[in-house]
Amino acid sequence: MAAEALIQFDNVSHVYGRGTQQEWDALLEVNVTIRRGEFVAVLGHNGSGKSTLAKHANALLLPSKGTVLVDGMDTRDDKKVWDIRQRVGMVFQNPDNQLVATTVEEDVAFGPENMGVPTAEMQDRVAEALEVVGMTPFRLHSPHQLSGGQKQRVAIAGMIAMRPKCIVLDEPTAMLDPVGRAEVMSTVRRLNRDEGITIVHITHFMDEAIFADRVMVMEDGRIPLQGTPSEVFSQVEALYKLHLDVPQVTALAHRINAHGYSVPSNTLTVDELVNALCQ
Amino acid sequence: MPIVVENLSYVYLPDTPMQKQALFDISLTINDGEFVGIIGHTGSGKSTLIQHFNGLVKPTYGRITVDGVDLSRKGVDLRSIRRTVGMVFQYPEHQLFGETVFEDVAFGPKNAGVPEASLEERVREGLAMVDLDLDTLRDRSPFELSGGQKRRAAIAGVLAMKPSVLILDEPTAGLDPRGRDEILAQVQTLYHQWNLTVVLVSHSMEDIARMAQRLIVMENGRIALEGSPSEIFANAERLRGMGLGVPQVTTLMQELHRRGMTKRADIFTLDEAEKEIMQFLELKHHGHA
Repeated sequence: MAAEALIQFDNVSHVYGRGTQQEWDALLEVNVTIRRGEFVAVLGHNGSGKSTLAKHANALLLPSKGTVLVDGMDTRDDKKVWDIRQRVGMVFQNPDNQLVATTVEEDVAFGPENMGVPTAEMQDRVAEALEVVGMTPFRLHSPHQLSGGQKQRVAIAGMIAMRPKCIVLDEPTAMLDPVGRAEVMSTVRRLNRDEGITIVHITHFMDEAIFADRVMVMEDGRIPLQGTPSEVFSQVEALYKLHLDVPQVTALAHRINAHGYSVPSNTLTVDELVNALCQ
Repeated sequence: MPIVVENLSYVYLPDTPMQKQALFDISLTINDGEFVGIIGHTGSGKSTLIQHFNGLVKPTYGRITVDGVDLSRKGVDLRSIRRTVGMVFQYPEHQLFGETVFEDVAFGPKNAGVPEASLEERVREGLAMVDLDLDTLRDRSPFELSGGQKRRAAIAGVLAMKPSVLILDEPTAGLDPRGRDEILAQVQTLYHQWNLTVVLVSHSMEDIARMAQRLIVMENGRIALEGSPSEIFANAERLRGMGLGVPQVTTLMQELHRRGMTKRADIFTLDEAEKEIMQFLELKHHGHA
């Protein structure tokens, strides 16, 4: 596996309920490499296989066929499971289901404590993690006093305290209001940019995907479309067919072009479209 | 069935150390046949406000009347008010509990005293209004349905009460784009075809701009802005200051207008934007027609 590859999916299929009437192929021969330091956004409607793919990244699910390698370790190797989960942390959709302790600080300490990190080091890690997500002033608060966006930032801090190489976020903003979404997204972008943590961000909000280095679109357990945000969002028809959104500006560029004009089809922002129309 | 709110204030846990005023002197009217959107960020008082509309929460000061009936009056029949003003909470599917879809949708009307003989028809109609079929789903567990279907089944339980006003609190939260479009299309149908008065609470400026005739913007327990979508979105800076924002297409059209390229700045749907930009382009490329 190439040196820059952090997570590698080789021909991965996953079947739920094998041998039952509900047998269902959630992933079909997926080949994907997540590179170190990359920010990957995964789009696709419910049931397209996004979460199943994500859960393979830290051995919460194992492939029915094919191989997943995390930092060179096979997720099927029982002895490596904890190493793998230390390297790849997961943050889920519902902020209320992920926090377990009575204070924010204890919650963030939960992971490293279970790993057997010595107390002094653990305190450093917790302090550092809370700093990174901007939650230090809340360290003695009870998690249930926090807003949704703050809870998700604490959940992210819990992962950071494990010193992971990658964080996989499975629709972390789906249940948040716009302010909470913005808080979580700026935290995630900072982790990627300043801390060098690899990010796999699953979302339904295409405005969160335009920041990514790479966008992958899933459908029926496959990845029919991937590329840079502007490559992917310029495929307006294909995205509509998959019941996904495109930025309004991109949709508008597409409509203008249908009248015989030629605005760049990879227009993503207001400024880009204004400039194109001014010419 | 107009809902009239007069000088409503609401204080949580009055006379305790946790006392907090959530609403300040609010007056508004929801008229028959209107589609009203309520926006505002978390904590602005939206949910507290709408819970007053069917008497779930009683005003600390002020008065709510539904079809002329004062909800604070002694002996008022709140059950009948709640049949008239149907409320769909956030994540309504979390409140599904029946063993079958039939049982679940029938629960409300049954409690409201609908006779056994008419129950089936009520359930059938409630489900039909959200495009679900009783014959297919009757004995299915509601928990086996897809996310979007679950939510529609939960809404059917409210519709089976035959309300004339439907209040929806963030009905698309947590759904994927397909589920969201399904629910919003259903809400449009309920409004246009079934003539319900609709009050929609939403964070999505794009959706609410497209659907509502009148918007109410809440901030810190007060009504900050009220008017048609074009009047509201003309205050882009103010909305951003409240942590809200305007549809991307509105930002675009305001910028084009500022540069003198287009005539109208009050545009918030793709269709209108397309028309306006095409006029500009035709003029630019073919001169004055």
